[in-house]
Amino acid sequence: MSVPQHTMQDVFARPGLLQRLNLRDWLWAAVVLAGIAYAFASYHSAMDAYEQSFLLLSAPAVLALGFYWRSSQLYVLAVALLSLFGIWLYGGDYANGESVFGLKYLFSSQSAVMWMSALFFLATAFYFTGLVSGSEFINKTATAITWTALVMGLTGLMVRWYESYLIDPEFGHIPVSNLYEVFILFCVITGLLYLYYENHYRNRSMGGFVLLVISAAVGFLLWYSFARDAHEIRPLVPALKSYWMKIHVPANFIGYGAFALAAMTGTTYLVKQYALAHNPSGLLARRLPSLEMLDEISYKAIALGFAFFTIATILGAMWAAEAWGGYWSWDPKETWALIVWLNYAAWLHLRLTKGWTGTHMAWWSIGGLLITLFAFLGVNMFLSGLHSYGEL
Amino acid sequence: MRLRQNHNLNLGTRLTRFLGSMPLAITLLVVLAIASVIGTVLQQNKPYADYEIKFGTFWFEIFRTLGLYDVYSALWFLLILAFLVVSTSICVVRNTPGMLRELRRFREQAQEKSLRLMKHTSSLILNQPPARVEETALQAMQAEGFRVRAHQGKDHRTLAAMKGGANKWGYWLTHIGLVIIFLGGLLDSRLPLMIGEWRGVIQPETRNIPASEVPLESRLQAGNHSFRGSVDIPEGRQANIIFLPVRDGYLVQELPYTVEVKAFRVEHYATGQPKSFESDLVIHDKDLPQPLETTISVNHPLVYKGTAIYQANFGDGGSEISMQLRPLLATYPRMDLTGNVFENYNLKGEDENWRLELTNFRLFNINPVISETGETRQRNMGPSFTFKLRNAAGEAIEYTNYMNPVMLDKRPYFISGVRKSPADPQRFLHIPADSKGSTARFFHFLANLQDNAQLRKAAEQTTRATMAVTALGGNDQVTDTVIDSMVKLTRIFINSGFDGMERDISARFPPEQVQNVTEAFTKVLRAALESVYQLTLEQEGVKTPADSDWQFYDDSLNAISNLPLYGSPWYIQMTGFQQIEASGLQITRSPGMNVVYFGSVMLTIGVFLLFYISHRRVWFYIKPLPDNQTELLLAGSANRHEREFAAYFTRLTGQLRQVLAPNKADGSVTDAATNDDHHNIEHGR
Repeated sequence: MSVPQHTMQDVFARPGLLQRLNLRDWLWAAVVLAGIAYAFASYHSAMDAYEQSFLLLSAPAVLALGFYWRSSQLYVLAVALLSLFGIWLYGGDYANGESVFGLKYLFSSQSAVMWMSALFFLATAFYFTGLVSGSEFINKTATAITWTALVMGLTGLMVRWYESYLIDPEFGHIPVSNLYEVFILFCVITGLLYLYYENHYRNRSMGGFVLLVISAAVGFLLWYSFARDAHEIRPLVPALKSYWMKIHVPANFIGYGAFALAAMTGTTYLVKQYALAHNPSGLLARRLPSLEMLDEISYKAIALGFAFFTIATILGAMWAAEAWGGYWSWDPKETWALIVWLNYAAWLHLRLTKGWTGTHMAWWSIGGLLITLFAFLGVNMFLSGLHSYGEL
Repeated sequence: MRLRQNHNLNLGTRLTRFLGSMPLAITLLVVLAIASVIGTVLQQNKPYADYEIKFGTFWFEIFRTLGLYDVYSALWFLLILAFLVVSTSICVVRNTPGMLRELRRFREQAQEKSLRLMKHTSSLILNQPPARVEETALQAMQAEGFRVRAHQGKDHRTLAAMKGGANKWGYWLTHIGLVIIFLGGLLDSRLPLMIGEWRGVIQPETRNIPASEVPLESRLQAGNHSFRGSVDIPEGRQANIIFLPVRDGYLVQELPYTVEVKAFRVEHYATGQPKSFESDLVIHDKDLPQPLETTISVNHPLVYKGTAIYQANFGDGGSEISMQLRPLLATYPRMDLTGNVFENYNLKGEDENWRLELTNFRLFNINPVISETGETRQRNMGPSFTFKLRNAAGEAIEYTNYMNPVMLDKRPYFISGVRKSPADPQRFLHIPADSKGSTARFFHFLANLQDNAQLRKAAEQTTRATMAVTALGGNDQVTDTVIDSMVKLTRIFINSGFDGMERDISARFPPEQVQNVTEAFTKVLRAALESVYQLTLEQEGVKTPADSDWQFYDDSLNAISNLPLYGSPWYIQMTGFQQIEASGLQITRSPGMNVVYFGSVMLTIGVFLLFYISHRRVWFYIKPLPDNQTELLLAGSANRHEREFAAYFTRLTGQLRQVLAPNKADGSVTDAATNDDHHNIEHGR
């Protein structure tokens, strides 16, 4: 018997990306494009060429993310709508932040960040409860809480961006200019990366461990906010007034977030390994993801982080060439970025060419986070140099 | 790439193998990372004297020999870098032939046995002729974008397919990109200077002398192909040289043009924080039809003639300051003086000559002030200037004096900060300002206290007035004794403060009497000081002193009591200024920059290809069986994304079965999807 030619092609032909999209995808894309087109039409005259190109390039970036990872569609919509709602509540008067209920308790940047903080703590507790109880419902709730925390976090940053202009148009800047703002960014990016892998591997049991690092960041954020009034919006120092900041900092934090995630899957790996050795029939040994899966997520996170950290460091060099007169000055921050890069380069070489996996690589991924942490915080705290924006 | 102990190989081959080996590369990555730490922990390129103080002579010398004060230019550090680059280059050269083979060869002659041993295999017995199976397989591969090559064996045919060769390009792009970045960096490095120094042609200057006097061996010509240095140019002045710091000295780099700074500006936000730093520049160049006028600011440099001019910092450019020298000792003269920052002036004192060195002027002094509600607010304390006063022995004390009175506790004071060395914290003298906001009353009072005639007059008035109402009235001898001790105590107080008086008492009286004597003397001194103050007020026309006048009196005594520690015979008050700022420019020529950027782009693209493109191979081993049946052996491998490939391989097997054996009855199928767990990780080779 024979199969007709066209049937065969139907079987083998992999549908292209566009063919795999359904009505929902297209509707979402239309909303995104309409939003960006509206923003461009309304405000392009107030933007310079760089800002216009950022806005236009954000369209393919957001669409690609949404088509590749469907869960991000709803996220983008939720953040956009809530941010616009917050901005609308302000109605052009910063004082409304203290008087309007929706701002004071929900969507002013400070309130949104507090919600994010509380929800991250809650999600951590839920993930661990889910791990211990084995309840799928609790696990799913933990995921939902994490999504909500991420919505509040990014909405907080968006509203803060608007608030900075509201205080004084001269102050206005993207909120990635000091330690307080980038810690929120770190929490959001690490959370998003985690949820991507959770969705990809259909496994929620390591959520608590990953959220530990986010909770630690949130703890620092709260201390920093209450003890040092860090949430106050301050104007930019002249050195930071550059379009490079808009891309250098976020690229860096994709790197930091991914490295943090890798360290936490590395931790989970070690916990699982310990559990397997000491109590093979226990909860942890049974419920945590397989060692292979954890090892693979660590590798994928480090590869992603390394790629973005490379971009961030190169962008940093280009910015330095424009601001400090040299693309490389062996400034402590630059040097520590190089150290982080060399460290993960060595990790990846051993992994890809020697096939190293397992315990040592897990420990190394944790060590890598410590080195990254020093490059991120330690340099600003202990070493002096040109890059002294994120001081405590 | 393991180093084998093969003694038959000659030295060259063994050396190349060693240099191109992976363990060496990883070791170098780690060693470079560790070596880099040194330069971040130890602050680089500070004045050598600072290091010597910090480490002591012994360690200072050892660290200097190791080049730790400029680690990133130290020979050993550059050698590590060079090793890494040589190792990377050799790695590329050695791996390239193998990778090219990987890219070109389909391995269509693979043996059945080796295919069965591959990680992903499956085999199908199909009720289809071999030609039909081959045609289907070809279509399946082409639909996925694989390249396919067929091979006719003795008893079988093989289709070998592969995809994702860009992964190998990722290897080349990352590694060659890194070498290019390094070469670009080398173009901008100071290697030529180091070689020049080593040959003795270049000699950094360590003396602090005018640029025009710097000898030829410390000067670099304008044609120098790369440099990075800086120069401070006061407003209205110009420069055609920059300074390149070299360890504890500097080199003078001549520029192919002259830069003039017309004006320097700092703009501020409403909060007082600086918003922008910018300089109006004029470039004078004989190649230009007319001078080029432009403005640069932080983040917005000027690129001209292959050089870039950056706004790096700013400082005083020799502001003109009008001063009034008010004597704190009666024997010194009162003087007016006008001078410029960075200049020195000789002052003639009564018995000692002094040198006044003006070191800085600041228009704004924004300092945190804690308000009554406990909030910290930034407050501008107005203009100040800093100077050193050096005595004949060469000892200097540094002062920072504020021009305008500053409100503290709702009362105005003229503030002067004092310190003996930059390492000390500043201590402050607070001179109360009078109702006119001037220092006039304070110095009037001080002058009266130091004037014996006035002092005696005031003491007499008070004493007689007091005596007249006591039993001792008319006793001239007692009166004179009292007046004498008042004068004497006041003199001690003026010369050494309250502390001096206490020291004087402890030296002259037995310990058990000290307390009583001190109380008595303090009463007498208070009376004397008060009487002089009242005399001062009378001379000013104030008949009945108000509370504020007595407050002023207390503040004055506090200040006078501190004067012996102040160390200067004058209080130097700024009465006017003409600010001249200097713009700190960094000027660079870096021909390697675009090379570095090119290498960076290669690196970035390469990293993504290397991580996200998987080099996949699939083989179809097609063997005719009797009865028009066919055995199809499927095998596959991928060097990345093992999980995704396993899924693809399973899907492919299923699709082939669906097309070629739609009904189970049509063919018996043996399935051995993979030789081990799907969840396994990527294996490198």
